[in-house]
Amino acid sequence: MAEYILEMKHITKEFPGVKALDNVNLQVKPGEIHALVGENGAGKSTLMNVLSGTYPFGTYTGDIVYNGEECQFKTLHDSEEKGIVIIHQELALIPELSIGENMFLGNERKGHFGIDWDKTYHEAGEHMRQVGLKEEATTLIKDIGTGKQQLVEIAKALSKNVKLLILDEPTSSLNEEDSKMLLDLLLDFKKKGMTSIIISHKLNEISYVADKITVLRDGATIETIDNEQHNIDEARIIRGMVGRELSDRYPAREHNISDKIGMEVSGWTVYHPIYSEKKVVDNVSFNVRRGEIVGFSGLQGAGRTELAMSIFGRSYGANISGELKIDGEKKELKNVRTAIESGLAYVTEDRKGNGLILEESIARNTTMARLEKVCSKGIINVDKENAVAEEYKEKLRTKTPSVQQEVGNLSGGNQQKVLLAKWMFADPEVLILDEPTRGIDVGAKYEIYCIMNDLVAQGKSVIMISSEMPELLGMCDRIYVMNEGRMVAEMPASEATQEKIMSAILQSDKK
Amino acid sequence: MDAKTTTNNKAANLNVGAFIKKYTMVIALVVVFIFFAWWTEKRLLYPQNLSNLLIQNAYVLVLACGMLLCILTGGNIDLSVGSTVCFIGAIAAQMLTKYNLNPIIVILLSLVFSCLIGMWQGFWIGYVHIPPFICTLAGMFLFRGFGRAILESKTIAIPQSEGSVGKRFLDIFTSYIEVPGLDNDVKWSAFAAGIIIACVLVVITVFNRIKKAKKGYKQASAVSQFAKIAIIDLLIIAYTWKLAHYKGIPVMALWVLAIVFIYAFITSKTAFGRYFYAVGGNEKATKLSGIDTKKVYFLAYTSMSLLAGLSGLLVAARVGSVNGDTGNSYEMDAIGSCFIGGASAYGGSGTVGGVVVGAILLGVINQGMSIKGLDSNWQYVVKGSVLLAAVIFDVVSNKKTGKAG
Repeated sequence: MAEYILEMKHITKEFPGVKALDNVNLQVKPGEIHALVGENGAGKSTLMNVLSGTYPFGTYTGDIVYNGEECQFKTLHDSEEKGIVIIHQELALIPELSIGENMFLGNERKGHFGIDWDKTYHEAGEHMRQVGLKEEATTLIKDIGTGKQQLVEIAKALSKNVKLLILDEPTSSLNEEDSKMLLDLLLDFKKKGMTSIIISHKLNEISYVADKITVLRDGATIETIDNEQHNIDEARIIRGMVGRELSDRYPAREHNISDKIGMEVSGWTVYHPIYSEKKVVDNVSFNVRRGEIVGFSGLQGAGRTELAMSIFGRSYGANISGELKIDGEKKELKNVRTAIESGLAYVTEDRKGNGLILEESIARNTTMARLEKVCSKGIINVDKENAVAEEYKEKLRTKTPSVQQEVGNLSGGNQQKVLLAKWMFADPEVLILDEPTRGIDVGAKYEIYCIMNDLVAQGKSVIMISSEMPELLGMCDRIYVMNEGRMVAEMPASEATQEKIMSAILQSDKK
Repeated sequence: MDAKTTTNNKAANLNVGAFIKKYTMVIALVVVFIFFAWWTEKRLLYPQNLSNLLIQNAYVLVLACGMLLCILTGGNIDLSVGSTVCFIGAIAAQMLTKYNLNPIIVILLSLVFSCLIGMWQGFWIGYVHIPPFICTLAGMFLFRGFGRAILESKTIAIPQSEGSVGKRFLDIFTSYIEVPGLDNDVKWSAFAAGIIIACVLVVITVFNRIKKAKKGYKQASAVSQFAKIAIIDLLIIAYTWKLAHYKGIPVMALWVLAIVFIYAFITSKTAFGRYFYAVGGNEKATKLSGIDTKKVYFLAYTSMSLLAGLSGLLVAARVGSVNGDTGNSYEMDAIGSCFIGGASAYGGSGTVGGVVVGAILLGVINQGMSIKGLDSNWQYVVKGSVLLAAVIFDVVSNKKTGKAG
């Protein structure tokens, strides 16, 4: 009876036209960390939304038994009352409010007249201590980093007397250091008897932290793997996820690096757009050859995105100085348009916020950066536009019934492909890919890597910014390491290791 | 066998559902029109009333086209258009009465002034990031004030005597097309124009299909496409038939049609028009795609004021005079038409076709209630209810498809 804290039995959930979950079973023992893995669209998030009451009782079939009693959650509130708290991938914090205010939002500490602020901040402080967050409870959310925001979410869960904590991709936007801290926190909670369910694409993290791993594929439970020893082979999990052995996670490539330098940047300095005396990028120099993939490693906030965006037509920062050469020719890129025309493309890390128009069709998104290519005299040739979108859909193997589909309806991996298509259509010579595989599944990652290989095979230059070191080591020819706005190391990928990169960062910190 | 019929039924249901969703407002317009035709004992269908329906709502149609561009950029509205109508109307009226200027020069100068007003507002909104609501609220006070000052708080009537500049000005907007020899009691020229337009539409459709077939592009099914054209053609012929039995084609209609066609073309066919949708859909992504978003805002508000100025001329000509309250709350009619016509309150979606349907829907309601002699107070109540109902329907039906919320 008390063997399981949570049992989900024969859960089936249908959306119009698709069966998202098909007879799924999940059993979680008290005090364990249970990982839920699967490719995008496998039904992980749907299952957790069923559990939390986001999809209310009656819209699915099957039973949820929690603490020995059958539960029928109709709202999120019902499940929270029982101590089930879900933290979504996209954090639900309000930037303009303080940590304390966010923590008790909808759950305010009331005094005799309105909110008891002393109590609010005192309790908030206590929960923050539990998660090891060293900030004032009155600090505004917008002033702390993503890693700390994640901790606020967890502290918020603690304030709700959480018994079963569900984390959906908690580390997808964190760097390695913050991720490690978060995972250790979970292990710490486990010792205190808390149960958690974690959804993640990062298999090394799962292997580190999870006791049990349940694999979902196409809306069905495939298996539950035991990981008491915390030493499971990642290939073993992948086999369950994709139903086949993925022998090589990085596609092989012929290294045809030309002598010609595609882009060269020297002495690049960028100041913060608001705090005008703060240097975000400090005297950075680098180059990328044609046919070469160059990686940019570093912690979150190292200034890599800021560097890339400031190069890309001054989309970020103020008071930018430095020299930029494309194909040996000196360029002044005053705005994004000239950057695109000079053969530069920046594929953003934030595909939903900065990259795509979610409520527009795939076709319209594909042509957006170079609309004039399907226009004559300013008039759009819609047929040509559709043909172009169709061509890229085939080329990148985007899974969609039609190019008229709204981008918002696609999975993360397919959205990323549309974003890539958009910039490939712009026909650049130098592509800067910022976190191109964030939050997408193993299969789609592999396809993105193949596209990158194709691009360099055509003699283009690719710069890859990534927080996942194995990916950089697997894909790049050369790796630059940045820390706090400065370039701290450069090494050929053949000599690079994760330890070397980390130590380069740590040593530069000491200086 | 059984399974097959159910899937067929499902597909049919889906089609009917999609059809209703796509043409909701057109269906609503038809229902409302039939209702008012019945309620007014067919008086709504009198040639004179149908002709007036267009003339009296000309200003809404023109303003709504411009307002659509503003709304597309992110649900931004322009509150100043009613005041601009008054201001430009006042300038035009004074130029005609006080200075006896040539009507063509009056029209050109008026449009230049309205363009300047638009550039003024567009500059603050686009390049200095003043919130549009506030900037145009200020414009609403400013231009109403300027307008009244120019009118010296009086009502200025445009002179109507034969041969005067005022009369020539009025002719440019309010006369009817007459072909000597062809038009007598029945204005056959109107009917002929209707038939010609109908034929041209069919020819264009056929040519497009041939062109598409040649290049091997996908096309819509022939039945649905030609059925649509047939219905539109029938309506055009029926309407021009009615016009032929009144005074023929009003020149005002040509102005309106020109604006509607230009804006429909810009928004659906040109790269320039596409940018308005892009900015409303995701401004940051648009900026990072190398599109000058500031200019997009600037041009949206410039075009809005330009149309407000044109609207001021149309209104001045139709009424024959301008006073301090001319154009009062016109902005609300334009905004209402856009939202009833399916433009998203968050920007990024909406079509000129939809907006035209929205404007005509409001127009039919106004006209029908006026014919019935209903108190204008109640007209407000009905307008408000229709607007609310349209937006509620839009939001709720989107929720079902998982778009909103």
